[in-house]
Amino acid sequence: MTSEPQSAGLSGPGDRPERVTVRIAGDSGDGIQVTGGRFAGSTALAGHDLATLPDFPAEIRAPTGTLAGVSGFQIQFSSTEVLTPGDRADVLVAFNPAALRVNLPGLRPGGVLIVNSSAFDDERGLRKASYERNPLEDGSLEGYRVHAIEIGKLTREALADSGLTARQVERCKNFFALGLLYWMFGRPLDPTLRWIERKFHDRPELARANGKALAAGYHFGDTARVFETPVELPPARLAPGVYRGLDGNEAISLALATIAERSGLDVLLASYPITPASTILHRSSRLEAFGVTTFQAEDEIGAIGAAIGASFAGGLGVTTTSGPGLALKGEFLGLAVMTELPLLVIDVQRGGPSTGLPTRTEQADLLLALFGRHGEAPLPVLAPRSPGDCFWVVLEAARIALRSMTPVVVLSEGYLANGSEPFRVPGEDELPEIRPRFLSDPAQFAGAYVRDPETLARPWVVPGTPGLEYRIGGLEKDPQGRVSYDPENHERMIAARAARIARIADDLPPAALEEGEPDDELVVVGWGGTWGAITEAVRAERAQDRRVASVHLRHLNPLPRGLGELLARFPRVLVAERNRGQLAMLLRGQLGVDVESFARIRGLPLRVDELRERIAASLSGGWS
Amino acid sequence: MSGGGTRPKLTRRDFQNDQDVRWCPGCGDYSILASVQTVFAGLGIPRERFVIVSGIGCSSRFPYYMNTYGFHTVHGRAPGVATGIKLVRPDLSVWVVTGDGDALAIGAGHLLHALRRNVGIRILLFNNRIYGLTKGQASPTSEPGKTTPSTPEGVTDPPFRPVALALAAGATFVARSVDRFGPHLQRMLARAAAHEGAALVEILQNCNIFNDGAFADVTGKAGKAENVLQLDHGAPLRFGPEGRSGLALDAGGRLVTVDAEAEPRRVLTHDERAVDSAVPDLLARLDRPVPIGVFRDVEAPALDQVLRRRREARRAGREGGLADLLAGPNAWTVD
Ligand code: SF4
Repeated sequence: MTSEPQSAGLSGPGDRPERVTVRIAGDSGDGIQVTGGRFAGSTALAGHDLATLPDFPAEIRAPTGTLAGVSGFQIQFSSTEVLTPGDRADVLVAFNPAALRVNLPGLRPGGVLIVNSSAFDDERGLRKASYERNPLEDGSLEGYRVHAIEIGKLTREALADSGLTARQVERCKNFFALGLLYWMFGRPLDPTLRWIERKFHDRPELARANGKALAAGYHFGDTARVFETPVELPPARLAPGVYRGLDGNEAISLALATIAERSGLDVLLASYPITPASTILHRSSRLEAFGVTTFQAEDEIGAIGAAIGASFAGGLGVTTTSGPGLALKGEFLGLAVMTELPLLVIDVQRGGPSTGLPTRTEQADLLLALFGRHGEAPLPVLAPRSPGDCFWVVLEAARIALRSMTPVVVLSEGYLANGSEPFRVPGEDELPEIRPRFLSDPAQFAGAYVRDPETLARPWVVPGTPGLEYRIGGLEKDPQGRVSYDPENHERMIAARAARIARIADDLPPAALEEGEPDDELVVVGWGGTWGAITEAVRAERAQDRRVASVHLRHLNPLPRGLGELLARFPRVLVAERNRGQLAMLLRGQLGVDVESFARIRGLPLRVDELRERIAASLSGGWS
Repeated sequence: MSGGGTRPKLTRRDFQNDQDVRWCPGCGDYSILASVQTVFAGLGIPRERFVIVSGIGCSSRFPYYMNTYGFHTVHGRAPGVATGIKLVRPDLSVWVVTGDGDALAIGAGHLLHALRRNVGIRILLFNNRIYGLTKGQASPTSEPGKTTPSTPEGVTDPPFRPVALALAAGATFVARSVDRFGPHLQRMLARAAAHEGAALVEILQNCNIFNDGAFADVTGKAGKAENVLQLDHGAPLRFGPEGRSGLALDAGGRLVTVDAEAEPRRVLTHDERAVDSAVPDLLARLDRPVPIGVFRDVEAPALDQVLRRRREARRAGREGGLADLLAGPNAWTVD
């Protein structure tokens, strides 16, 4: 970690930067995500640490060349630790005028701008991007190191005798650009050539053409000389181990297989398609061999219903969704709270309310997850901090759900779902114990809600167990499991359900500082996917001798023990989150601590530079 | 699904429990409960393998009164819960008890999809053509013109016909019976139990508090003889005193009543296994006579069995363990 991540080199020939942020942008039909994914793969193989952020439009195929149809992919890589995909790009590759207009603000001043100039000849393309004059000619790009390269034309020339249609040739230009990037960063072509062969194994002519475009782009690097010589970063010093690239949604599906495998439970993932959660359903549908069954329900409500049924039957029900779906599941969550069944509800948050910004990221479902139910219905809420952490948090959620017999909500984010990073693959011995505790001996059964003295969990009795036929349901019950309208009993049962959730904190690590010292002047508190940006900002400020610490919450309910005391030691507490101050409200209300709120909600990840400014302002007393 | 070979034979009493039954005295639900208990005892399934899932409404209190596993869930959403149970535990005998409000208003979507998927659950739809538990509002099966607290000027919406909906959803087993027709109802329940895929049984049920006599012209002695058409596979569609009337198709493809004695060859023969015939749909839309019996019973793979077999095959053919899965095909090593 450097104190000034933005000061990465690439400002002149022969630079040896420590970290680089590259952004690739084009039309959603240009294969931007594929290009980004391959570049990320080669970055990982080069041994760098990295984080990626795809950024695509909500429309599947917005009209070609329009601002609405721009798709982007950003990656930060480094020879030291990488915690975010980078605030601003050092290198921007823009395939067309619309991509340039949308993404130029994300390129740092003096950054390298590679433009597919073939797409700037045509008036219509410029007009669609609201350019009155060609920005390549009107001097408006003066503050950047512009390389206008006829990527379209050069690709056409390279594939002149391929026999492909003009349209097919056009679709190879992303590999030309990828080849150019490979030259710029000294990457080998072979792994990608092999990937192309696999990908197009039944279309050898396309495999040949894409491979040729890749090689042509690479060789053009010598001619283009974007850099004098390829920029080669030394590999990062990652902890030894086996690594893979992993995005948050894939991490969740791997966690489901791990839960099934470790616990011996049948996992039923019952979901309804919704952006940005759907890929969890896709990936998990290939895990039958590992004990994960998937069920695409008729709607969000049917999905959670089936998941609850699975848990009642002695499996582990899981449902994945995003904010609007979590709202729909609220009534069933009340039933899961009332019947005290283990259940995982994974909300991959997106911009809301309503359809909002469905492909963008946000953290605005926190209070919905905590309180958005009828009646007194507390349940545990957890949030992962990085794509790879989604794996660990879902395992932890399952452990809690089974141990305390409760539904658990996991709040992921679009940013984590689609972003990827190197993930150290755990050995089996590093995986937690996940143990269901069924009760099958009638002699030990005192009643459906007679609780374990330690966890306060009710017994998990599964249909098919002889002699224990019992009924549960939404009506209030007494401890023996009989329907009860007794007022005293109702109050006792509510208290018991709440105490069971509160008691989970006994089992959790107490609140601790992530960065900094207890006698610092300011502590930044965050939760979920803002961890990378907060950590980077706090480290950078500390490197400048600013006395700032950080706390990052994985458990939002129950909160870790000692959090109030820990925060009370700091003269200032700053809560940074991607909403209008929901965690800030929670901390004020539950812990009685006075907090400042840094709440930005633009559908984008937290930016390190903005947070640093805010920290500096806070420390200088500019915010009070 | 057998088991419990050495255990004593079950009786109806084995399915009763000590909960006070809280339906109104005289409610048709009592006789349905008795029939279900009688049928369950005779199925040869160990008691612990039965699960009854319900939504919300008078009928949905059913699981509390059965000494089996039971789950009283959310209004209209029992089919989803039952589906989850059956997917995880295909060996269980999973029953849904629902009503016309629960299944056809708030839960209509779930009902149709459960039937479409052919998941092996049995759905008993108690149709009393009224909302009972919320005190007498019109339901999706209330007849047009009926005045209720929510429709003081009379119901304006045309009613759903549950059997027609189920057939349209592609249900593989659809039947209708009546609360008071014990032996017939029990036959229908046993048939539903024997079916592998999704089964729907509509049970005409009297709500003597809010819609008393809704089916009086079916259940009364004279009415029964006059108005009930009993469907039996392979038998002619005859009804009325001494079966003097019969159903036939006219040239326009409509069901018409003919004099069965004068024109016996025009009378249709009931075929519950027909998959490409419009006759079950026409029967499902008949108001008079009222057909009871099995409208359709066809074989098709049940979703739970399909998934079970696939799961077993995938597990048996699995290559590599969890470690391989976690590492994936593109892992690299850092020393
Ligand atoms: S209100 Fe009607 S349906 Fe409900 S219990 Fe009473 S009689 Fe039965």
